Amino acid sequence: MSDSGKDKTRTVNRRQFMGDMLKTACGVGLMGVGLGFYANKADSLPAMAIRPPGALPEDEFLGACIRCGLCVRDCPYDILKLGQLGDDVPTGTPYFTSRTGPCEMCVDIPCIPVCPTNALDHSLTEIKDARMGLAVLVDQESCIAFLGLRCEVCFNICPIRGEAISLEYQHNDRSGKHALFIPVVHSDACTGCGLCEKACILEEAAIKIFPMHLAKGELGRHYRIGWDEKDKAGKSLVTPDIEHQYNLPEGVRYDLQGKGLIFESEGSDELPISSNPLDTLNRGLEDK
Amino acid sequence: MKLTRRDFVKSNAVAAAAAVAGVTLPGVKTATAADADGIRWDKIACRFCGTGCSVLVGVKDGQMVASQGDPDAPVNKGLNCIKGYFLPKIMYGKDRLTQPLLRKKDGKYAKEGKFEPVSWDEAFQVMADHWKKAINKSFEENAGKPVNEMTSRVGMFGSGQWTVWEGYAASKFMKAGLRSNNLDPNARHCMASAVGAFIRAFGIDEPMGCYDDLEHADAFVLWGANMAEMHPILWSRLTDTRLTKEGCEVHVLSTYEHRCFELADNGMVFTPQSDLAIANYIANYIIQNKAYNQSFIDKHVNFTKTPTDIGYGLRPEHPLEKAAKNAAKGKLSPITFEEYAESVAPYTLDKAHELSGVPKDQLERLAKVFADPNKKVVSYWTMGMNQHTRGVWINGLVYNIHLLMGKISEPGNGPFSLTGQPSACGTAREVGTFCHRLPADLVVAKPEHRAFSEKVWQLPEGTLNGKIGYHAVLMHRMLKDSKLNTFWVMCNNNMQAAANMNEESYPGWRNPDNFITVSDPYPTVSAQAADLILPTSMWAEKEGAYGNAERRTQFWRQQVKGPGESRSDLWQIMEFAKYFKMEEVWPGDLLDKAPQYKGKTLFEVLYENGQVNKFAAQEVKDSDGNVYENDEMALFGFYPQKGLFEEYRLFNSAPDIIKKGHEMAEYDVYHKARGLRWPVIDGKETLWRFREGYDPHVAAGEDVKFYGNPDGKANIITAPFEPAAESPDKEYDLWLCTGRVLEHWHSGSMTRRVPELYRAVPDAVVYMHANDAKKRRLRDGQMAKLQTRRGEVVARVETRGRNRVPEGLVFIPWFDAHRLVNKLTLDATDPLSKETDYKKCAVKIVKA
Amino acid sequence: MAKQLIVGAEAIKAKGWFGAYKWLILRRISQLSILGLFLLPVLPGRLSESTGGFFASFWNSLLDQWPSLEGMWVVKGNLAASMTLDVLPLTDPHILLQAIFAGVEPHRDAIIGVIIVIGFYLLVSGRVYCSWVCPVNMVTDAASWLRRKLGIKSSARITRSTRYWMLGLTLVLPLVTGSIVWELFNPVSMLFRGIVFGLGTAWVLVLSVFLFDLLVSKDGWCGRLCPVGAFYSLLGTKSPLRVVATKREACDDCMDCFAVCPEAQVIKPALKGESKGIGPVILSSNCTNCGRCIDVCAKDVFNFGSRFSGVEMNKVSGTAGQQHNPG
Repeated sequence: MSDSGKDKTRTVNRRQFMGDMLKTACGVGLMGVGLGFYANKADSLPAMAIRPPGALPEDEFLGACIRCGLCVRDCPYDILKLGQLGDDVPTGTPYFTSRTGPCEMCVDIPCIPVCPTNALDHSLTEIKDARMGLAVLVDQESCIAFLGLRCEVCFNICPIRGEAISLEYQHNDRSGKHALFIPVVHSDACTGCGLCEKACILEEAAIKIFPMHLAKGELGRHYRIGWDEKDKAGKSLVTPDIEHQYNLPEGVRYDLQGKGLIFESEGSDELPISSNPLDTLNRGLEDK
Repeated sequence: MKLTRRDFVKSNAVAAAAAVAGVTLPGVKTATAADADGIRWDKIACRFCGTGCSVLVGVKDGQMVASQGDPDAPVNKGLNCIKGYFLPKIMYGKDRLTQPLLRKKDGKYAKEGKFEPVSWDEAFQVMADHWKKAINKSFEENAGKPVNEMTSRVGMFGSGQWTVWEGYAASKFMKAGLRSNNLDPNARHCMASAVGAFIRAFGIDEPMGCYDDLEHADAFVLWGANMAEMHPILWSRLTDTRLTKEGCEVHVLSTYEHRCFELADNGMVFTPQSDLAIANYIANYIIQNKAYNQSFIDKHVNFTKTPTDIGYGLRPEHPLEKAAKNAAKGKLSPITFEEYAESVAPYTLDKAHELSGVPKDQLERLAKVFADPNKKVVSYWTMGMNQHTRGVWINGLVYNIHLLMGKISEPGNGPFSLTGQPSACGTAREVGTFCHRLPADLVVAKPEHRAFSEKVWQLPEGTLNGKIGYHAVLMHRMLKDSKLNTFWVMCNNNMQAAANMNEESYPGWRNPDNFITVSDPYPTVSAQAADLILPTSMWAEKEGAYGNAERRTQFWRQQVKGPGESRSDLWQIMEFAKYFKMEEVWPGDLLDKAPQYKGKTLFEVLYENGQVNKFAAQEVKDSDGNVYENDEMALFGFYPQKGLFEEYRLFNSAPDIIKKGHEMAEYDVYHKARGLRWPVIDGKETLWRFREGYDPHVAAGEDVKFYGNPDGKANIITAPFEPAAESPDKEYDLWLCTGRVLEHWHSGSMTRRVPELYRAVPDAVVYMHANDAKKRRLRDGQMAKLQTRRGEVVARVETRGRNRVPEGLVFIPWFDAHRLVNKLTLDATDPLSKETDYKKCAVKIVKA
Repeated sequence: MAKQLIVGAEAIKAKGWFGAYKWLILRRISQLSILGLFLLPVLPGRLSESTGGFFASFWNSLLDQWPSLEGMWVVKGNLAASMTLDVLPLTDPHILLQAIFAGVEPHRDAIIGVIIVIGFYLLVSGRVYCSWVCPVNMVTDAASWLRRKLGIKSSARITRSTRYWMLGLTLVLPLVTGSIVWELFNPVSMLFRGIVFGLGTAWVLVLSVFLFDLLVSKDGWCGRLCPVGAFYSLLGTKSPLRVVATKREACDDCMDCFAVCPEAQVIKPALKGESKGIGPVILSSNCTNCGRCIDVCAKDVFNFGSRFSGVEMNKVSGTAGQQHNPG
């Protein structure tokens, strides 16, 4: 090669040059394939690392984030970190760990506008619309709320109060006279900020933030939830039913949509007789 | 013989039944003294709120290593709240105090010195010197004065978290020993208004009902109680009833939306102080609609009125006090039903709506629940009604409603004051730790009560001081004014807890004329401001007893040893009595009446009197044969807890007893039972008081008898709306309300040392309405400065949190030792109950 | 041989120690102070004028004017993108190009930042980045120095054009994968970011670069492989600021400049090309403008100048001085 600098007599041989080029190209190409595969692996984000608010979907994010760390600097709570070589997080990309430092959900989301490449989506201006992940009450066996203890720390701390986590009251069959206060996460409101996971008082949190794709199930595409559809439409989707008639003994009614069999004397303080004697006398002979 | 599981369950059930009955059955000894993990389990009452949950704690190698809710406890059925879940950890904070610490300079005590470790003997010696100096001064000042004019320069500030015998021993030490009524508990900050109102209406303290009301009521009305967070287990019972009982309604009144509103069918946010108008409106509604229970009124109720324009319990030179016509007056005068009806007539729906800001339909709905004769209603309240400059009034106004309807003293009907502390009832209220009280509802102002107490305590006639001592707030004022010179604070953190820290508390404590002692397990804000710190063995580190809000007395054995040289409050009080000769605390003429006490120590007279030391040291054993330590018994050579309790029982069982109704079971029974609700008569508990059949004090045919009053009738006491002591104005433009959160207990000295609870809620935040924040250019999470006329505090703004405050009001919890919220509060009190209003003062907020 | 072991000995003798290390020292100051700026803590609040004297009152008056200065970072971010005093954005064009190839539409700040950076390097020559800014330069310089000290001669045959293939690779990978793959490996950004935000195990990578240069290939990383340097060299093809062998006639063939130059091939045409009518300007865009040749030359042959120095001599040769024209 010419750059050896010692072999002054050597002239550049065109064939050799081409050969070298080819070798280099092949070497670099092979390396590229290697890098590509390794990158594929190194790019996968561990479940416990959460991206800052507004982060694009992970594959897009990795194409957009230039690893500059500006978002890290502008986080007023210093919860964002950049992945370091050796971490499970792609090197140089920002993340937080909700168990130790959750997103405090600043109203002005200062980490977003500083992002030079829209890896953190600048169109996100309302922190409530952020979807960093989803809180999942992973372990109902350890969560002391399911045992009937009065904890609800996750509910208390949730900044989307009552919407992202609500409490469902249930009767405590075991004690017989207490209620259970079951925390329920709602994906339509939860931002995945992680405050609940941090606050969970268990040794290992029972509620954890997972990336959306790990946390969410999906109903079969063909299936609709009947009562929701009816609510949406404001009426039955199919033409109303005919009026049903039944063969029933005296004093018994049948409520098709509601209570089913109704024994008319039951549950009513009124006597099971009409004040008009003709009603009794002409029963069964009414005009249709 | 191998026990089958079925046999085991059966034999346990028999044993449990036998234990309650106080019998030991032969052959029903449980299989092992410890479980498979080598953990010894025993029961104990929870250290925190007044609910009184029972907990099983597991001890191994001298450490409490495990806990569980007690599944057999009727209150909590094995459940705990988040604080109770962490109970074992509260004893193992890394900065436990293990030796007495005295401020010293050049080897000698100095007010401005640095804390240095000293021996117990040196600590008590220095302390006693100061106390004797103060007592001497009082001698001079009291020379020639009758007992009902005696003052004292020594004082002690106790606690509703003391065990029953600690409170009793303190009461005896101060009142009988040092002849000082300057003993007050922190329950003054908490329950005094409820106490005052119970006494005024019924002549006897504490609720008539019990927790079973929670299952029997058709409607619940919360008058200023955030039960969801402050009485978590009771709230889960209330919630369950709301869930499972058809037609059950929950009405919540508060000055801001808290977690109870989640369940509320009728949640009402009212303008601070206007609860007075709302309660009167309901009474008016009942009268206008003639819904009242005529026969109940005729038989069981007197109508009275209380003086109005009574001031705000501030210092007498304060303009508000000077302007008050009847400052601190509360003598009731009888009126007729018609006069009563006339007094509430101005509180129409319009007027109540106008004053409170609550929509009319909601007010009416609330009134209807009370007026409906077929609906059983329980009223619950805590600090919203007690910490109120008209606390006794508003308590009374709620009783008025229940009395008008006769909805009282029966399952599911009644006014029920919830206590904040584990033994606000059992200790603070029952054994005479208030500055005006003696054990068992007796008061210092009545000569016959004093005479009876002197007899029980074997004191010469005229020993007990007849002048009401300094109450909690007055103590700090008197310290500042150098009229109270020694002050012993036990089992509470009053520097952080008392209002107006900058102007009263701190200057009082650091006044060079005064010597301040703080007994605490941890270096609290109070300890930091003290001159002498005594390390305390807490909770499970001593044998104890608490009395919860439903009159349930629960006992526990000592489970573990306190760290280092720490000692229980009981030992500290009794041991300190050894440092006084009778000649040093009683004047000669009094001692002449009891020559047998000459030359003796106060300890001998108070605690070696043949009653307290009646029970010899013995092995403390449970039914499984586990043996427990009792450090105080080992140190004193007798069983002091039992002796003190049995002596206290004399107040309820002596033949010439003045006031009945506080009967307790024998000491040993409580160690076997999961709490008993007093009055306990012939081994039977009382669930509902004053009602024939439920209460053995009510004779057959009497139906209902409020036997606390001589005529057996309860007082309806009319009182009007009067404004708060300090309301928002142009400069200080917001209401400031303080309180607690579920995760932390009071000043946080225990719960903030539990890492998990600290992580869950590390700092106090100020809950603001988003519009109020916006107006001040504040965002969520930003630091805001809260300023009142008295001080300032910096805290993060929270507009999205669990408490939703209305515009014009902010709420901040006071658990955070790094944000001393009581620098802000005003030390205005109810002039009758002397309880501080922590819920209302004016604040302004700016960006920090 | 002995002479080569102490490169620049004569220069030290002739110009004194400082004279012989002037540009090196300036470069180190530049590299370290750029790093230092990113490491500065946030700006303080009001200072006490009683203890802080004139500076304190000056600072306080600045705060009066611009209260937002308090708590502000002097420079935040890293070499990929940064923001100075909340007004001056700078963006690395190579990484931004990768991002664009991955499908990103950059924001205004990023575009302004990249224009400023490209403009600057067009002016001063792109590879000024390598010798005056890049922290890896210190690592590879150290390897090079040690190589000379230990007399290590062997060097793997890696053509210097490999870097352009590498550059191509870094730009193709985002096109193919949609991800900025190179940044998972790039020792340049990793070292700088590591120092500012935390290194992790990136030191292993840096050590490998060092060992690679020391034991495997002379000037191997910066001179043959690094795609970042390759990218910046492209910005330097027409830059006016150049090293010029102004006194090439004084050259005594001591070879010290060849020994220290990390891109030794760039010197020859300028220094020895007089006979062919080439030079005296070092026109190769791979010259990093590091100034070491100026330092080590006892005869002061080289100096910084413009690419138009001796323009008439260059008329004929044009850019023939570049041996490795990136095609």
